[in-house]
Amino acid sequence: MKYAFFLGCIMPNRYPGLEAAMRNVTGALGIKLLDMEGASCCPPPGVVKSFHKPTWLAIAARNLTLAEALNVDATTLCSGCYGTLKEANMILKEDNAMREKANKILHEYGKEFHGTINVKHFVEVLYDDIGIEKLRDFVKRPLNLKVAVHYGCHLLKPTRYRTGKSSERPKFLDELVEVLGAKSIPYRDKMMCCGAGGGVRSTSRDVSADMTKEKLENVKNAGGDCIVTPCAFCHLQFDIGQIEVEKQFGVKYNIPTLHYVQLLGLALGLEPQKLGLYGNVIPVDPILKKL
Amino acid sequence: MAKPQRNIIRLDELDMDFAEAVAKAGGEKINLCIQCGTCTASCPSGRRTAFRTRQLIRRAMLGFRDEVLSDKDLWLCTTCFTCLERCPRGVDPTDVILALRNMAVDAGYMLDQHKRVSGYFVKYGHAVPINEETRKRRVGLGLSEIPPTTHKHKKALDEVQGIVKKMGFDKLIGFKWEEGGK
Repeated sequence: MKYAFFLGCIMPNRYPGLEAAMRNVTGALGIKLLDMEGASCCPPPGVVKSFHKPTWLAIAARNLTLAEALNVDATTLCSGCYGTLKEANMILKEDNAMREKANKILHEYGKEFHGTINVKHFVEVLYDDIGIEKLRDFVKRPLNLKVAVHYGCHLLKPTRYRTGKSSERPKFLDELVEVLGAKSIPYRDKMMCCGAGGGVRSTSRDVSADMTKEKLENVKNAGGDCIVTPCAFCHLQFDIGQIEVEKQFGVKYNIPTLHYVQLLGLALGLEPQKLGLYGNVIPVDPILKKL
Repeated sequence: MAKPQRNIIRLDELDMDFAEAVAKAGGEKINLCIQCGTCTASCPSGRRTAFRTRQLIRRAMLGFRDEVLSDKDLWLCTTCFTCLERCPRGVDPTDVILALRNMAVDAGYMLDQHKRVSGYFVKYGHAVPINEETRKRRVGLGLSEIPPTTHKHKKALDEVQGIVKKMGFDKLIGFKWEEGGK
């Protein structure tokens, strides 16, 4: 199995531990990652798409051509990147006028969008391409943890640009957590946004922190050992966001946040250092002690 | 005779073509809205701020162009798409909001922080560029110090910047090339 690995911004430039985890986990699973040399920001829906949709589509088209040149499907650990690339890929495949416009610009750089690949979030690769049962065989260290699964928004919605999974009561990520031996616990407003997206984090950090606090409170009340998310940006928001919540409200939650790929790595028996688990602002020691 | 106390909206004083313009800008189905309020009820941002999706759409439909485009609340949507999934009329409110945001930026109502983030994107090809601390941590993790992106490849950054110029995005955000960005 081979995939083009789209890095984005948050992972390589703020949470490189997620990138290390991805490279080590895929190695253990026998998946080969090909780097998309020269890729840029996806760009995200909250900023560039909110400001000028044509620029958003043109840059996304350029990123997609890099994966096409590698002749494999693209995968990512960030739901924002996933949302942009997945949606742009569908628009460019289906809308001839949009594709011609994008290609007119790309031709100047010897590139062309052909529509030959698909974009898959890494959890889709695991769930759809590998499958729960096969994944079970890889588990070396079953995890005795109560996990609060945070799906986030852009992995699931808008459903017309996604894989048709329910956006109100999805199950696949809970299944991916439970196959590792952990328990996915129910908690209030599980499907609510982390608060970071839409450009809100950059302009109204107090509003973002207020949303994050509500989720943290709900996870705490449900007795979660940690939050597990499939998105690099949600990961950032729940990790560094806890410091912002503390500043704004004077409340300390200290709930460890793991990206799903890090949780998977632990279950595969990989060392925490190889999973970048010491790069979080909120220490993950309470989790490691439970293993 | 006592005068009735009420606010009267004169339709001819509003921008009657605004809803049509929003539709063209990507909010195609704005006119399907029947003001049921499912969007507002579903909105995690509206739960804690004055942001009201239903009201925003109503004002846009009526033609309150400048009020809508200059309203900072327009930027409180996290694009969680809950309203888009739940809208019983298929208005796709998030698409309406994104269209309004594009129009707001075009009309010069861009927030300073958004100009800054966009500036990073233009300058580095990354809305969130790398810093010294992350470089060190990358090495400690066994990764390349610089990720294999526009950060590593000058030619790739030139391409991204070329596209950005071609699209007029640099002008739109007031990016100053001669100053190397703000």
